[in-house]
Amino acid sequence: MSAPAHMSSRGWWPTALVILGGFAFAWLIMQQDLWASVLGQLFPGARSPVYPVPLVDLTLQHLALVGISSGLTILVGIPLGIWVTRASGRDFRDIVAAGVDFGQTFPPIAVLAIMMPILGFGLRPAVVALFLYGLFPVVSNTVAGLEAVPEALKDAARGMGMKRLQILGRVELPLAARIIMAGVRTSVIVNIGTATVAAAVGAGGLGDPIIGGIQVQNLAYVLEGALVAALLAILADMTLARAEELVTPRGLG
Amino acid sequence: MIRLDNVVKRYGDTTAVDGVSFEVPTGEVCVLIGPSGCGKTTTLRMINRLIEPSGGTIEVDGRDIMSARPEELRRHIGYVIQSVGLFPHLTVADNIATVPRLLGWKDERIKPRIGELLELVGLDPDEYAGKYPRQLSGGEAQRIGVARALAADPPVLLMDEPFGAVDPLNRGHLQGEFARIQRELKKTVIFVTHDVDEAIRLADRIALMRDGRLQQYDTPEALLDHPANKFVHDFMGADRALKRLGRVLVGDAMRTDIEVARILDAGDIDRDACGDARFVYLVDGNGLLRGWVDCHDLDEGRSIDDAVTEIDWREASVAPDISLKDALSTMIGLGFRSIPVTESGTLVGSITLSSIEATMTSSDSHITQLSGETLSSEEPS
Repeated sequence: MSAPAHMSSRGWWPTALVILGGFAFAWLIMQQDLWASVLGQLFPGARSPVYPVPLVDLTLQHLALVGISSGLTILVGIPLGIWVTRASGRDFRDIVAAGVDFGQTFPPIAVLAIMMPILGFGLRPAVVALFLYGLFPVVSNTVAGLEAVPEALKDAARGMGMKRLQILGRVELPLAARIIMAGVRTSVIVNIGTATVAAAVGAGGLGDPIIGGIQVQNLAYVLEGALVAALLAILADMTLARAEELVTPRGLG
Repeated sequence: MIRLDNVVKRYGDTTAVDGVSFEVPTGEVCVLIGPSGCGKTTTLRMINRLIEPSGGTIEVDGRDIMSARPEELRRHIGYVIQSVGLFPHLTVADNIATVPRLLGWKDERIKPRIGELLELVGLDPDEYAGKYPRQLSGGEAQRIGVARALAADPPVLLMDEPFGAVDPLNRGHLQGEFARIQRELKKTVIFVTHDVDEAIRLADRIALMRDGRLQQYDTPEALLDHPANKFVHDFMGADRALKRLGRVLVGDAMRTDIEVARILDAGDIDRDACGDARFVYLVDGNGLLRGWVDCHDLDEGRSIDDAVTEIDWREASVAPDISLKDALSTMIGLGFRSIPVTESGTLVGSITLSSIEATMTSSDSHITQLSGETLSSEEPS
């Protein structure tokens, strides 16, 4: 059973490239001195060219923030998308669509402001805001992916005696996987950028040097945080693009 | 055996299927036919409970279909649909293995079964098992669809316009292959179509429906010759004699006592090749049909060049698995009074206008016999 030649995207090297990118990024954020000297040359007037908290710590905080909120988004968003395409949840399809749509149109900074009195300062309001903000692409792509599965395939699956969960697991989800994964990718990328705002409520992360830099008028700080956040987004994009290819069943190529 | 007794399907105020009863004996093909919206597909889909009946009883091999869970029932009934419905993310082998896996077969039992089925539908297992559906032609996909439905060897097969999306030429071949497979396996088949010629060709019995009611259930011959009402008469069409030819395969009606002269070059033909024959077919070194000599022309003193017709077998011959009706239409199209029958270019017989006439006469007598035992048919009320 040989795979056709044009499926070379399944080779090992795109994955190796992503891993290599990960290592390069990890190496880069550990070079605190290098950042200090480069930013020092770019901004000779700055009193201190790098933010006092080490980049590694800021990045890990950021990753935790994104990881928790995006994790929740995926854990809630995909099942929600599945549910509204089932017979039991179909009636809620429009309400859920409107809800997640609203979640994204509502500015995350406003959500933070509203959540602060309820959830206090720090990680919790930030996670809630980012979770709500990222829900839309995941839910809408899950719904779109599942609804794109041809009726004839579900009919054939039913006619052969598959149970509902078997149809979902063996036919619908494999066929919708690429579209669902594309939604996850969009959500995570947007989340990495948006999460910088969370520093405003003391959740830390790469937003810290940006917001701190604005407050003390030190552009070196701003550039430091923005650059690393951008690199992190690119890395996440590469990784999830690769994941998207890997979850796409071979026959769909 | 499949038995429907007073089966009803209602959707709100409308009745899609209204008191349909018929029985398909084991090993027979019942074709459900009628204009669109007549309830034929609904009737079919009630048998494997893709649609739940509102009333009446359906039995498959003596068991009420309501006595088992629907999934359980469906795993023992083969199901083929018009759009084939092959899973695009699975290989041909995995598609065929779907029902055996649902039934918990072991891999060592499934693997040889896949090869067996691919051979049955005329596809090379080594070439096709690992392919994905998008790498298949429409005809190949439909063959895999049939193989998949037969995978767990169900006694009963439901086919919903299985060849409806295939071009006419391929449809003829698929029908021929289906008829061959059915002769071999003797499944109890319910086959939905809107194509009268397809029904006449494949059916042991035809169930003709209109507005949710069964109009007549009988052999194709009986529907053609003794329509139960005007609707049946009109639906079956005016060209009965021609339609009847759709029941007979070229392979069953052809002459095989033909004269063949093996030639390497048209120049090699001489008068002696004819002997007493009227036609002598010319076959090349590879066994492929190249043309024929009209010996009558030679006798009348014409030159060899005038008496020889050179042809391409792909255009000027017919396959043994097509119907006499299609063969006749090809003959008329080419202006031939006789046409060679070939299998992949190899000459196997010939069909003449007179042999077609003879078949029409003999099938008339066949119908006279049958009309005595006309089966139950329901009058519309």
